[in-house]
Amino acid sequence: MFDQSSPPRRLPNSVGVGYKPQHFNQMREAPGPVEWIEVHAENYMGDGGRPHAQLRALSEDFALSVHGVGLSIGGETPLDRAHLTRLRTLLDRTNPASFSEHLAWSTHGAEFLNDLLPLPYTATTLTRVADHIAQVQDTLGRQMLLENPSSYLAFAESTLSETDFLAALVHKTGCGLLLDVNNVFVSCTNLGLAPHAYIDAYPLEAVHEVHVGGHDEDSDDHGAPLLIDSHGAPVVDPVWALLDYTLARSGPKPVLVEWDTDVPDWPVLRVEAERAASALALLQAS
Amino acid sequence: MHVTQTEFRAALLDADAPVPSGLLDGAGAPAGRRYAVYRNNVVVSLIEAMKLAFPTVRALLGPNNFDSLVPMYVRLHPPASPLMMHYGVEFPEFLAGFEPLAHLGYLADVARLDLEIRASYHAADALPFDPNTLQATPEVLAQIRLTRAPSTRVLRSRWPLHDLWCRATQPDAPQPRAVGQAVMITRPAFDPAVHLLPTGAATWIDALMTQDVGTAIETATTAAPEFNFATTLTLTLQAQTFCAPQKDPK
Repeated sequence: MFDQSSPPRRLPNSVGVGYKPQHFNQMREAPGPVEWIEVHAENYMGDGGRPHAQLRALSEDFALSVHGVGLSIGGETPLDRAHLTRLRTLLDRTNPASFSEHLAWSTHGAEFLNDLLPLPYTATTLTRVADHIAQVQDTLGRQMLLENPSSYLAFAESTLSETDFLAALVHKTGCGLLLDVNNVFVSCTNLGLAPHAYIDAYPLEAVHEVHVGGHDEDSDDHGAPLLIDSHGAPVVDPVWALLDYTLARSGPKPVLVEWDTDVPDWPVLRVEAERAASALALLQAS
Repeated sequence: MHVTQTEFRAALLDADAPVPSGLLDGAGAPAGRRYAVYRNNVVVSLIEAMKLAFPTVRALLGPNNFDSLVPMYVRLHPPASPLMMHYGVEFPEFLAGFEPLAHLGYLADVARLDLEIRASYHAADALPFDPNTLQATPEVLAQIRLTRAPSTRVLRSRWPLHDLWCRATQPDAPQPRAVGQAVMITRPAFDPAVHLLPTGAATWIDALMTQDVGTAIETATTAAPEFNFATTLTLTLQAQTFCAPQKDPK
């Protein structure tokens, strides 16, 4: 169980956006409600240049969340120590309010597959993922948040629900959670589960950040809906409604809007941020 | 039915491999094309990374040709690290050995140029060189040591590498000449710039890593008698090839 002497730093209970370099000037001039940004850790692991300079400048105006996509916490093989060291260096340099990673794997042997791949939920994988989280938190000297995945399929061997699996990880490791409500909507639609029931079963007390984002719609071999977590479109109304449902139960949280592919101009992303800000404002008014 | 990550991975980069059994849809039926979402994500994300990494190769080859070639590369050479900014280091060798494009012998060097431009973009920052350092008598000047900025790169090619780069990035650029060219990449602020190096300049700049200015001039002149120090010095100062001396890491 990770234990730290002082309370962990937290993001503000306001709206953040996934940072895209093309928005650098506009978002500083007209941030709208945006008080914090999230960056993918691996994009800032070079030695210098514009990525470092932009992050230094942005840190003067915005709180920072570092979001890893390369640790492969769900991997069968040991964590990449060199990558953990790089992560530690980055976090020491940028001192973010939050660090998060994914319940997924992406490294296999010497290969990095550049996608968030799924794992079964069993006693064996629970022990392995908990060990990896403990190693990450010990190496980084801070609590990490773990994000629920978008799922397109299920494992016959799974014996635990995703929510029970996440709750057990929180209990075993003291990690926090990043609740991506778009991923909940995508996974539940794809696997025939009820999104509201998922939220009801989710350990909301451990949530320190919420994501919303857009997805694409496709269908499977049987014509059943198959949603793809593309982060390339506006957030759909049912996901906004699921955000409202979640916040009504969890209370105010830091809410991030993600838009990673077909990235729009800043004003379009800012409209999404304003809608997330409205959800938080109405929550506090009620 | 346990699906190992080795089994899951084996079918990811092989579209003909069967989907591992033990993967299901929500109703308990075999996952079928749901598994293809992961296949597609992996390959498409790697193709996108290659497009970002090799814009000059893509421009010279034509976007459609590049996009049909690259899936072969990404299946043969998946990334070796989560640092996607380093992805594609085997692409020059892949291109050099790719028989159908043997008539475009310069492509491997163009791919090296793209790799070096990206490496320059991510290289460490350094304090600028103070040109007043060079306000000295010829004797003192000859003994000065110049430090190459971490973002500076020098590439020699038996192909007209600079002309090819111009052709790929400037709509009105003339046809490349039939000569070998050496190219220097520098990063004055944040954006790498590509310069054509005059004869002998690459030798002089490389020699400076271990030699003072005067000795490096001798080295360059021996290799290329037409080496012009004044021209080369002006170019390298304007391009910000050098940085302030870095302290010895003691």
